[in-house]
Amino acid sequence: MSREVAILGVGMHPWGKWGRNFVEYGVHAARAALKDAAVPWPDVQFISGAATMRCGYPGYVAGATFAQALGWQGAQVNTSYAACASGSQALAAARAQILSGACELALVVGADTTPKGFLAPMAGYRPEDPDWVRFHLGITNPTYFALYARRRMELYGATVADFTAVKVKNAAHGAANPNARYRKRFTPAEVMESAMVADPLRLLHVCATSDGGAAVVLASLDYARRHNLRAPRLAAISTVTPRFASTEVEMPDIATDSAAVAPGHSFRASIAAHAYEEAGIGPEELSLAEVYDLAASLELDWYEHLGLCEAGGAEALLRSGATAVGGRLPVNPSGGLACFGEAVPAQALAQVCELVWQLRGQAAERQVANARVGISANQGLFGHASAVIVKV
Amino acid sequence: MNAKTRVAAIEGWYTLEDPPHLIGSRCCSCGSYFFPRLGSYCRNPACDGTTFAEVKLSRTGRIWSYTNACYQPPPPFVAAEPFVPFAIAAVELAAERMIVLGQVVAGVTVAQLKVGMPVELVLESLYAEGDEERLVWKWKPLEPRP
Repeated sequence: MSREVAILGVGMHPWGKWGRNFVEYGVHAARAALKDAAVPWPDVQFISGAATMRCGYPGYVAGATFAQALGWQGAQVNTSYAACASGSQALAAARAQILSGACELALVVGADTTPKGFLAPMAGYRPEDPDWVRFHLGITNPTYFALYARRRMELYGATVADFTAVKVKNAAHGAANPNARYRKRFTPAEVMESAMVADPLRLLHVCATSDGGAAVVLASLDYARRHNLRAPRLAAISTVTPRFASTEVEMPDIATDSAAVAPGHSFRASIAAHAYEEAGIGPEELSLAEVYDLAASLELDWYEHLGLCEAGGAEALLRSGATAVGGRLPVNPSGGLACFGEAVPAQALAQVCELVWQLRGQAAERQVANARVGISANQGLFGHASAVIVKV
Repeated sequence: MNAKTRVAAIEGWYTLEDPPHLIGSRCCSCGSYFFPRLGSYCRNPACDGTTFAEVKLSRTGRIWSYTNACYQPPPPFVAAEPFVPFAIAAVELAAERMIVLGQVVAGVTVAQLKVGMPVELVLESLYAEGDEERLVWKWKPLEPRP
C-alpha cells in the first residue's frame, strides 16, 4: 500500500511584522489553500493546527482556534506543538489520519505573531528548564548558530565571505517572492557592514522573527483520483528524535550527551536520512531543497546533512553556484528564513508551500527548471526533527 | 566596604570550593555521565538504571567552538549597566566525552580564543544583587605552560 498522500492545495499569508492576531493569518492562509485545492471548507474532515508557545503556555489551542475561525463544521481536530517543527508534526498527524482511512481530506494550518527581538522564555527562577538556564547565562539562539559557524571555519576552512554569499544568494531569491517579508537584494559589503551579533555572525547573517501563516490541504490518492486532480505527492515526513549519545550541542541545552559509553550520533544528519528512506529516494534525485537558514552558515551545514555533498564540501558546492536558482540544485529558492524571518509554527508548512509551487511550475522568477522532487529540512527545539519530501 | 556574600546563581550545578567543579551524575549501571545532574532515570536507551553517583566533572577541557554576545540578551539574563559584551565557549571534556557551554571569564575576547585551546573552570560573578555576588562557572584559558 502506498504511504503517499496528495497535496491538493497550499496557501500563505505574507510574512511581515503585522502585529495582528495570529488567527487572522491562519484563516487567510487556510482559505487560500482551500481555494487553491478547489475544496469547500465544510468538506474537510480533519483539521490539524500547528501551535506556538509564548511565555511558557500555549495561549491558544491552535487546531480548534482555526476551526472556530473558519466556522465550526464538526471536523475532527488535532493540535501539534514542537517549536519550529510544529508544522511538520501537524502535517504528520493529518497524513496519518488519511493513511489509516479515518478521513480522506484534511487541512493543516500554522500561524504566528512573534514578539520583537530575541525569543525568550518565561521569567522567574526555573533552573529545571534548560531554556531558562541558558538565557540566564546569556546564551541566546545566535550563540548556537555562531558556535556551529566557527566550527565550520575551523574544520572546513569556511570563511565569513561564504556565510555572506549564502545571505546574498537567498536575498536575491526572495526579492521576487510576494510572500517574503524582506524583498531587498544585498551586496556582500552591506552584509559585512551590519552589526556583529555573535562573532563571526552579523545581523544580516541571522534571521529575524516574523508574523505569518501557511496552510496545506491533503487528500488520499483515491480522493485525488476520483476528483481527477493532478497533485504533487507527499512522499515522506521525518519527525525522528536524536539518538543517544547526541554529540552536537543542541539548542537549548547547556551540555551534550556523554559519549563515554555509547556511540556518538549526529542528530541533523539523521533527519534527512529518515525522509530519504521513507520516500525510497536519495539526494541525487532532488531538484531543490528548502532548509532552515536560521543563520546563513547553517545552510552550509544542511548541504552536508541532506547529503548534497560530503562533510566539508558545502563551501565548494556554494561557490560553484549549484545552490542558486539556475544552478544544478537550488537551495532556498523561496529566499529562506533570510527573507522570511521565522514564524515558528508556520515555517515548516511555508517550506512545503514553496516545494509545491516549485513542483507545479508556479514559482515565477524564482522557478527551478523542471522541478520534480523537493525536500525541506528544519529542526524544533528540544529534539524534534522535521523534513518533508514532495514529488510529482 | 563589606565583601558580598558568595552564592551560586544556579544552585546545585557546581561547587563553590576552590578550585570549583561542575556537579554531574554518573549512572551506576552503565557509567554514562550527565550534566546537569540526573536523579532517577538513566537517559541511555540501552540502560534502565535508576541510581546515580554524584561526580565532579573534569575542570579542564578544550575549546570545541566559541563566540560572543554583542547584544544584551533578554531576561532572565541580568545585564550590567551599561551592557558589557562577553565571550562564550563550548568546551569538550575528554573523560566525560561531552561538551559543556559557558561564558568565558571577563576580559577575554574572541580574538584571544582558538578551537582546541585548553581552558579551566573558574567561578566568576554572573551578576550582583543586594549583598550577594551570584557566581557562575566560566571558562578561562589556561596559561601556557613553561
